[in-house]
Formats: sequence, C-alpha cells, structure tokens
Amino acid sequence: MAKEKFEDALKKLEEILRNMEGGDLTLEESLKAFEEGIRLSRLCAERLDEAERRVEILLKEGEKVVAKPFTGEASES
Amino acid sequence: MFWVEGEISNLHRPASGHVYFTLKDEISQIRAVIFRAAAGNRPFARTGRMFELENGMSIVCRARLSVYQPRGEYQLLVDNVEPLGIGALQKAFEQLKERLQAEGLFDARHKQGLPLLPRRIGVITSPTGAVIRDILNVARRRLPNLGILIAPARVQGQEAPDEIIRAIHDLHAAGGVEVIIMARGGGSLEDMAPFNNERVARAIFRARIPIIAAIGHETDFTIADFVADLRAPTPSAAAELAVPVKAELAAAIEAQYARLIRHQNHQLEKRREKLEFYAARLPSPRRLIGDLRLHVAAFLDRVQGHSNQMRLWQRQQIAAAALRLRHASPLGDIRNARDRVENMRKDICKADVVTREERRMRLEAGLMRLDTLSPLAVLRRGYSVTRMLPQGVILRDANLLKVGESVDVTLAAGGFQAQVTQIWGS
Repeated sequence: MAKEKFEDALKKLEEILRNMEGGDLTLEESLKAFEEGIRLSRLCAERLDEAERRVEILLKEGEKVVAKPFTGEASES
Repeated sequence: MFWVEGEISNLHRPASGHVYFTLKDEISQIRAVIFRAAAGNRPFARTGRMFELENGMSIVCRARLSVYQPRGEYQLLVDNVEPLGIGALQKAFEQLKERLQAEGLFDARHKQGLPLLPRRIGVITSPTGAVIRDILNVARRRLPNLGILIAPARVQGQEAPDEIIRAIHDLHAAGGVEVIIMARGGGSLEDMAPFNNERVARAIFRARIPIIAAIGHETDFTIADFVADLRAPTPSAAAELAVPVKAELAAAIEAQYARLIRHQNHQLEKRREKLEFYAARLPSPRRLIGDLRLHVAAFLDRVQGHSNQMRLWQRQQIAAAALRLRHASPLGDIRNARDRVENMRKDICKADVVTREERRMRLEAGLMRLDTLSPLAVLRRGYSVTRMLPQGVILRDANLLKVGESVDVTLAAGGFQAQVTQIWGS
C-alpha cells in the first residue's frame, strides 16, 4: 500500500469521526470505523514523529550534486 | 566591445527583424542596430529581464562600432541591451508581469496546495546570512524532526537566475522534498532582478513541488511572488507556512483520538444500556426452560390424554367389533346344528330304542301268541300229535288209517308208538 499522506489520513479520521457521531452506524460498522480511526490516529502520530531531522545542503561535486550535512554559515558553496 | 548609455529615439523595426534606433543624450547621438539574431535572442543577460524597447527609454548597450558605408556614418552594432534606471526597470517589470499574467502563469488554478506535514522541505537561498538562519530556526522550533535540504543559490547578480533555476531542478531531483521555500532578504528593485526574470518565473511555474516565495520586503512583489504557489511576507513567515507546529498537530491528533475513544465508549455504553434494558425484559433461561418444561408437560399430558382417549376409543371399537363378530359368529349355528344333530341323533336313538322295545314286546307278544299256538302248549294242555308212519305226516283224519298200521304219537312229555286197533269215523 502506498504511504498515506498525513493530511489525507487526518481528513479521513475527521470523516470517520463525523460518520460515527452521525450515529447512523450499526454496531458492526461503528466498530469497524473505530478500528480504522484508531489506525489512522496512530498513523498520524507516527508520521508526526517520523524523523528526518537532518539539515543538508546540496553541493556540487564535479558534475554531480550531492547532499552534505549543513553545519551552518561556515559551509558555503 | 564597449558599453554605451543613452536614450532610445527613432526606434523602428522593419520586416527584416532588425531593430534600428538612435541612441542619444543631451549633446550627442549615434545610430544603432540590433541585428535579428541578437534581437531575437533578447540577450539582456545581466538581469535576465525581458522588455520591449521603446522610444525615450534609457538603456545601456554592449556594442561594437562599425561604419555604415552607404552614408559614411558610424553606427553601433548592439548585441546586448539593458534598461537603465528605475523607470526602465519598473517598465520592464510591468511588461513581463502583464505578459505572464495574460499567459495565465499567475492563475489560482495552477497553485499547488502545501502538504500539511512535509517530511522534508527544500530551501533555495544563499547559504549564508540571516535568511537561511531565520528559516532554520523557525522550522526547527516548529517541527524538530523535519528534514531540511538547502539548495544554495546566489540571489542577486548575473549568475543568480541560472543558479535559482538549477536549485529548483536539484531539489526536484533530490527526492523527498515536499515543499520549497524560495527566499531572499530585502533589497533594491535591481537586487530583486533575478526574481523578476522570465526564465526563473517559468521554472517556478513548471515546478511540481509547491513553492513558497518570500522575496524582499513585505511590500515588494516580484514576478516570482506572483508565480509561486504561495507568497510569504518574510522568510520566517515562509517557514511558518511550510512547517506546522508539531505540538499543535500532536494535540489535534490526540484530540481526535480522544474523541474517537469517547465516542466509542459512549456508543458501547449506549448499547450496553440498551442491552440491559432488553435483558431485563428477557426471561432468564432457567425460567424459559421451566416454562418450556411446563409446556412440554402439558403437551405430553395432552398427548397422553389423547392417546388414552384414542386407546379407549380403539377399545370401544374393538369391543364393538368383537360384539359384531360375536353376533356374526358361526358358533351359534354350529351349536344349533350340533343340537339339531344331537337331537336328531337322540331322536334316532330314541326311535331305535322304541323300535327295539316294541319289537321285543311284539316279539314277546308274538312269542306268547306263538306259545299259545305252540303245539307244545297244546300238548301240555293234554293234546297229542299223531303222525303217520313212516311218512311222519300229522294225522288230522282218522280215515286215513288202517287198522294195524303203526303211528307215532307225541305227547307233552315224550311219545310212543301205537298200533291202530280201531278206527272211528267222525
């Protein structure tokens, strides 16, 4: 499965909540919606914690452009 | 090659495509031509700004001097023209803006939305100075685990447009970049030139990654600002637009999660209540079984009763049948027949007895009569029988005798033979 986008997951979660609070769901559907909601909220929380964290700078190395750690103003192209 | 400044006059463009004009200042003038190749290229390289030449426009030209022999005049062979002065720059800016707007490059329908939570953002700016520092600070403060990829580019000067275009390309090629901030600090209109460059504008327009432009001061607008998917007043503001506050998102997710749990609990509670409500009205299984048992018992009773009745009825039927059978029985007939036979036999027997008795009596009577008739009886009474000899014939007539003949006389007891001595007649 392709990775769900954060906002899509959040939107879906909101939709599920609206559906659930609409109150027209059967117990079965409600449980299913609940599970999906839990999954999505977990997914969102995970996505939020996913760490890229690196700050890099693209530098030319011969013909290629490579990403190097950016150490602040000292590194200049 | 040299550079000449002046104001354009007598501008005209024949069908040949060459551009002819006179370059003049207050005290001098000289004819100039831009040949088609040069004119078509519009090689206004220093700022990269495209603009139309107009009479009265101040320009600076890069030119060679040549002689126009038919008239014996010097003229400038111009291969590069740049507008001179703020008026011209402004003019060029307005012209480009108008053109690109007409082409639809600023249209809202082309604006791409920003991701709510980018994993990695790209920054196109100078790697030195306050701009990058501000952006990094804001971004890291808001979302510490964000990845940031800086594509360094000069943001002013002749090389800037190419570097900016190159940076856009590199950030697309790097992968994972979900939004780009293109930023530059404040400066003069001239300083902003790279961001009023048509090629830069088109590169921004073509970008598949949404671009936030934060060029110059809040009040300055560049072409890049118009083409970009979003415009921010300052680099810091661009970072705020690009990067969400992690804590806020976390809180939102937490709230959704809590809402989910609360709702589900509420749902379950509601259903439990409903269940209890129904359960309360539901008889316990034991009672149900008890009831069933009663039902079964009653049913069995009924079956029993029914079968008893059935049996009774059957019995009656059988009795009736037996009765009818008895009535129809041949035993009576047999008995009757037997009685009749017996009677007949008795009759027969009786008849037989009677007959024998009778016969005996008759015989006795006969015998008696016989007895009375018996000669012996006669004899006993004194009579005798005389038979003639030798014939033995009983003599009933004396005349048959002849004196001297012998006769046999039988008496009641014994007999004798006698000789006739006399004969009597009757």
